[in-house]
Amino acid sequence: MNGWLDYLFVFLTGGTVCMLGQILMNTTKMTPARILVGFLLLGVVLETVGVFDEIKAFGKAGATVPIMGFGSGLAKGAIEGALENGLIGAITGGTEAVAAGIAGVIFIAFVVGLIATPKSK
Amino acid sequence: MNEPNKEYLELVRREMPRSKHLKTMFRAFWVGGAICCLGQAISDLYTLWLSDSDPDRIQTLTTLTLIALSAILTGFGVYDKIGAYGGAGSIVPITGFANSVVSPAIEHKREGVILGLCTNIFSVAGPVIVFGISSSIVVGLIVLIFKGAFQG
Repeated sequence: MNGWLDYLFVFLTGGTVCMLGQILMNTTKMTPARILVGFLLLGVVLETVGVFDEIKAFGKAGATVPIMGFGSGLAKGAIEGALENGLIGAITGGTEAVAAGIAGVIFIAFVVGLIATPKSK
Repeated sequence: MNEPNKEYLELVRREMPRSKHLKTMFRAFWVGGAICCLGQAISDLYTLWLSDSDPDRIQTLTTLTLIALSAILTGFGVYDKIGAYGGAGSIVPITGFANSVVSPAIEHKREGVILGLCTNIFSVAGPVIVFGISSSIVVGLIVLIFKGAFQG
């Protein structure tokens, strides 16, 4: 269980990441899809060079809840897969690590899509 | 009578872009920070309830919970309102990713379940999957080539 100070660090880390995204949006007119891809790749790079763990140790969910946490999971899975299972592991490791997230989002989007009514325009 | 008015308008014109910029940054900061704190709280609750010490499993469960929450809020049209206020603060977290999958699924439903809902489910988030999986394979191949550097 974490104390209030940990939550402050979570808030500051997550807030800073999102604020960087907002600065990008304000200054470059990047679309949400590009912002998502940008932070995802940032997570992949940070995990690969070994910096992500340090940010995660400090910011916890502030580092993993932003989409860069998804990128870090992909890279971590690919690294572990490559070391354990060679070429096959290098190909499957990343996808395996985030399979729950991808499967979950597809399923819930399908169900919610079936139930929810589109906005009338 | 006209002069101060003109000056005022000039001031507004000069100051507005910057203050708008700061306002959106502030909103993104606290909305994004709050969503991350919610994620931390969910993660802490799972750690408490499940007596599961594997941090990867806790993180996966937390991600799934946030995705489900975001999808339901998107279904009720609430997440769009958070998005209109929070900007990047609602896009960058994993909940924004889920919203970008669920939102087109709902919007294109009227074109049919197969050709509307299912074909458009990744019309916004598709690049995230493509870049994500592709970059992970590139990382895996790099690790294969420079194996020594990654074996701690």
